[in-house]
Amino acid sequence: MDFSTVLIQTMNGLQYGLLLFLIASGLTLIFGIMQIINLAHGALYMVGAYLAFWLTALTGNLFLAILLGLPLAALLGVLIERFLMQALYRRDHLDQVLMTFGMILVIDSLRSIAWGNDVHSVAIPALLEGSIQLTETLEYPVYRLFISAVCGLIALAMYGVLQRTRLGIVIRGGASNREMVQGLGINIRVIYSLVFAAGTALTAFAGMIAAPVSSVYPGMGNQILIIAFVVVVIGGLGSIRGAFLAALLVGLTATWGAVLVPEYAGMAIYLLMAVVLLFKPRGLFA
Amino acid sequence: MRPLPRTIRYLLLALTLLLAAFPLFGESLSGEQHSYHLQQLTHIMILAIVALSLDLLVGVTGMVSLAQAAFFGIAGYSLVLFAPEFEAVNFWLALALCLAVSAAAALLMGLLIIRTSGIFFIMATIAFSQMLYYLFHDSAFAGGSDGIYLFLKPEVAIAGVQLLDLENPRSLFYLVLGSLVLLYLLLRTCLRAPFGRVLLGIKHNEERVRSMGYNPLFYKLAAFVIAGTIAGYAGMLSATQYGFVSPGQVSWQLSAHALVMVILGGMGSLFGPILGAFAFEGLHQLFAGLTPHWELPMGLVVIAMVLLLPRGIAGLLLQLCSARKAKPADDAALSTAVAVNKETSV
Repeated sequence: MDFSTVLIQTMNGLQYGLLLFLIASGLTLIFGIMQIINLAHGALYMVGAYLAFWLTALTGNLFLAILLGLPLAALLGVLIERFLMQALYRRDHLDQVLMTFGMILVIDSLRSIAWGNDVHSVAIPALLEGSIQLTETLEYPVYRLFISAVCGLIALAMYGVLQRTRLGIVIRGGASNREMVQGLGINIRVIYSLVFAAGTALTAFAGMIAAPVSSVYPGMGNQILIIAFVVVVIGGLGSIRGAFLAALLVGLTATWGAVLVPEYAGMAIYLLMAVVLLFKPRGLFA
Repeated sequence: MRPLPRTIRYLLLALTLLLAAFPLFGESLSGEQHSYHLQQLTHIMILAIVALSLDLLVGVTGMVSLAQAAFFGIAGYSLVLFAPEFEAVNFWLALALCLAVSAAAALLMGLLIIRTSGIFFIMATIAFSQMLYYLFHDSAFAGGSDGIYLFLKPEVAIAGVQLLDLENPRSLFYLVLGSLVLLYLLLRTCLRAPFGRVLLGIKHNEERVRSMGYNPLFYKLAAFVIAGTIAGYAGMLSATQYGFVSPGQVSWQLSAHALVMVILGGMGSLFGPILGAFAFEGLHQLFAGLTPHWELPMGLVVIAMVLLLPRGIAGLLLQLCSARKAKPADDAALSTAVAVNKETSV
């Protein structure tokens, strides 16, 4: 294996990992702060991808589609939180599991009614269409670099907001002691609404930006959901930093697993999670 | 576990008798559709066995596992791989093998993960199930994603005398129904015994159970192995019914469906998850017959049930029973019986 193959696979792994981070960070935020196990998170990722497909077809440009789609996704998040989740905050976790399972069914069938069951592709914007020449025979698509860069920037921005702003303090406070935050006169309902909308927007954005690479198809949400949960658990529940490192670890493991042991590639990340849980039963950064 | 109110006992008995009579009068009722209905009911009862086994973990002991499909699938694969190609396999040998394999798998998985709890336990069960899924999915010996076939159903015979002809859907139906009823009664008895009380105690307060001198890990492991073995038995029945196993039967989606049946039916009540399996699959069949977009009404019903029936179907039935009784003394006892799943356990 020569150096450029190693480089390309590592870059692919990092890109996949950074994308996973966007999805997993929403999941871990919602769990850490609202104590909700959101099974519909993957379905919302799929919604993002279909929004990108639909709006790109309408406007002719992926960037414009993302610009229009993001507020829609956030609005969807607010509505779900307001009308479905609020009834469940005082209930058992398993009721939330059942509720979000019902939501997967509804979202899936609405998707099927609105957009059908076909596989679609989304064109890469003309600006990012090219490839970078690595060696004489190998090149790397610019769009994948773009995904990595955008996801990396979002990760940095999230870190900044959570660590350096007043809002971040309130959110982190809400995660560690709900009653205390309320006692300080902060309306936790608004925070919940915000967090759920942000989590939905993040995962939908991941679906939109990944659409040209992964294509758009019905089962994409359920497939990514379990992998996102793997990331969240390896990283430690509720830990954004943990989710970031775990996402990179999982991305690299999945990509390199497919290169090195293709016949057992599917198992690789679950093996990774099992090993982590054996030695660190609460994740790496709990 | 408290004895059930008499009304519910009669209701369950009536439902069982109705089910048992179905193969006799079903033909005059649904005509050509009869064999299809018979097959579907058998399928639902097999899933009900899985849901019942999962309730022992989720509802009774407070361990949310998504590994039931792994044991279901591994037993099914064991049956098909063990059976000779052109000869019917001996039912008893196959049964012993399937139960042993699923119990061993549950013991091995349990030993590794029993110390984790909450969502980490859920994810650990998913991790090992997915590994098993990809093992069957990616290897040639198990037929890969296509699965493998069982051409002849197991032969149930003692000393050469055939007791049941499993090629006959009606016999299989009664075998599955009998198994479901027996397993339900067995688990109920088990919960009334000290063993079951320790499991219930673990759900409510593991520390207190420990301080009373019981080792909760041992009891949790035992429950995990029992539930896994029962799920394995269901997997063997399913492989017998369809003569086919594929990685889909090991997938976490099947485990998730079983979990939905348990919650929908009312966890911790044992009879609830069985009703949950019938409700879930029944609605699925009903809506799928009406519209290609069956997921929409199905999802809406599930959401409505979460909002309106916090303790599932069993909770609703128990509540109706306690409302009918006027005696206040009974009310207190029943309201505790109704509170099947008050404790937050994930």
